[in-house]
Amino acid sequence: MSRADSSPPSLPPAPGKLASGKKQSWVPPVLIGISLLFLGLFLYIPALNVFVQAFRKGVGPFLENLTEPDFLHAVKLTLLIAAIAVPLNTIFGLCTAWALARKRFPGRTLLLSIMDLPFAISPVVAGLMIVLLYGRQGWFGEWLQDHNVRIIFAFPGMVLATMFVSMPFVAREVIPVLEEEGVDQEEAAHTLGANHWQTFWRVTIPNIRWGLLYGIILTNARSMGEFGAVSVVSGNITGKTQTLPLFVEEAYKQYDTEAAYSAAVLLALLAVVTLVLKEILERKTGGVRKRGH
Amino acid sequence: MTSSSLTPRANASSTAGWKRYFHWLTHMPWTWRIMLGYLIVMLLVPTLAMFTKAVTVGPAEFWRLATSPIALSAYDVTFTTSLIAALICGLFGTLIAWVLVRYDFPLKRLIDASIDLPFALPTAVAGLTLATVYSETGWIGSLFAPFGIKLAFNRIGVGIAMTFISLPFVVRTVQPVLMQAEKETEEAAWCLGASAWETFWRVQLPPLMPAILTGVALGFSRAVGEFGSTVIISSNTPFKDLIAPVLIFQQLEQYDYAGATVIGVVLLIISLFMLFVINFIQVWGKKYE
Repeated sequence: MSRADSSPPSLPPAPGKLASGKKQSWVPPVLIGISLLFLGLFLYIPALNVFVQAFRKGVGPFLENLTEPDFLHAVKLTLLIAAIAVPLNTIFGLCTAWALARKRFPGRTLLLSIMDLPFAISPVVAGLMIVLLYGRQGWFGEWLQDHNVRIIFAFPGMVLATMFVSMPFVAREVIPVLEEEGVDQEEAAHTLGANHWQTFWRVTIPNIRWGLLYGIILTNARSMGEFGAVSVVSGNITGKTQTLPLFVEEAYKQYDTEAAYSAAVLLALLAVVTLVLKEILERKTGGVRKRGH
Repeated sequence: MTSSSLTPRANASSTAGWKRYFHWLTHMPWTWRIMLGYLIVMLLVPTLAMFTKAVTVGPAEFWRLATSPIALSAYDVTFTTSLIAALICGLFGTLIAWVLVRYDFPLKRLIDASIDLPFALPTAVAGLTLATVYSETGWIGSLFAPFGIKLAFNRIGVGIAMTFISLPFVVRTVQPVLMQAEKETEEAAWCLGASAWETFWRVQLPPLMPAILTGVALGFSRAVGEFGSTVIISSNTPFKDLIAPVLIFQQLEQYDYAGATVIGVVLLIISLFMLFVINFIQVWGKKYE
């Protein structure tokens, strides 16, 4: 990290240079101070506030909030949605990475950009698209109604919305790793008589495992934390189609701040765990920094 | 993966190019099938559904809905506030990246890791805690309240939430470029008698500009689409602090599908335009490497 520091070059400095070098010494502390002040105002104080508010009245009331049936239902629903969305997006991400990482062909860049679209599209617009497709007036609306299938304001719509917004993570993390690994080992495995599946499980997966895991963790964090897209398609029916993030907002709107913060703490812990795992995985992969999602 | 049987199909009526294309379509590896199938079902069809809906609205009605006073005011709030937030992030994000790469101080690793917090923290939680902290009775908001400055439930609040979610984009795009920056040119500038300020302004900053601009553009486009944190810290009052994504949401709640679709299409086109701008900046930046 600290490949370089602020000090002037290590050449024997001329007297004049030494003076200006010394004059500069107040700069680093000031810049560090401004940075920390900014981060404190925007990141650390708000983050600390989540925990302080949740435990303001002690652990007892906090735990009591965690046993409310509506809250428990929201937790269950959040976990269930992630349990479906994350594996499906992982399969998609792996296939996409496999298809796009090794070959150069016209349209590859376009495909990569299309795959990235869900990050550029507002979550509300994503939700809107799903409503226009599966809602009562949507393309498949009539057919779905005739067959008594509910997607909007119900579980399937929420899964679709979650899958939409967390789609690109795995592919984005795996593609660079696959590009770097090259095909030598896989070709060697083929030459030695391994079939595609054997090569995939025994050679490719071990090579990409950290990148893959990182992608899955990011997918999971987004899936459990998604608010906008899920909010549009769910109808936010308490105890029915309410996920944990929706529960937080609803409780806050109902002036039940305590319940809101009790749920918020769980989601904040998810964020902390995600960040810790991310840091560990980055060290394992040699700390290649890419821009975040 | 291989689709290695290159035997040409006997199909006299079509050209060789079409034949190869058709052959590829029918012999596509299953990874391709899954990828294309998923992209079509999850992405292409929904996007088409929205554009079709927008087309059925008709051009005159589309224009009327897209430029209604409430929509115009929502664009104004969304884009102006996002731009200000992205520029603040451009300034402070670059500073933070600089500090993290160049200086050593206690807890540096922890602070570095914490930059990604806005990515990891669910937006509803961000909105909740920002609204509390910056409200008139909150830790930070109460410091400003005596001066008659309100930091939450108005445009400033929306801007604060947007700054929060955009910050990592700038830091994480500038950081790697700064780490690769060549120390030699700075040293040369020093040796030639440039002051610290001149060295920074003339030598160190220019190569960072593409990365800073990319970060600002990424942050801006994220802020424009943001809903979770902004809906909570905003009072969502029309003509005051109602942003475009919230307007879409409210129109959907009133079953105004046409209105929601029109604003949605406008936002989508702007997102695509931003993607184009970001790609352009990156191509332009590569020229200067």
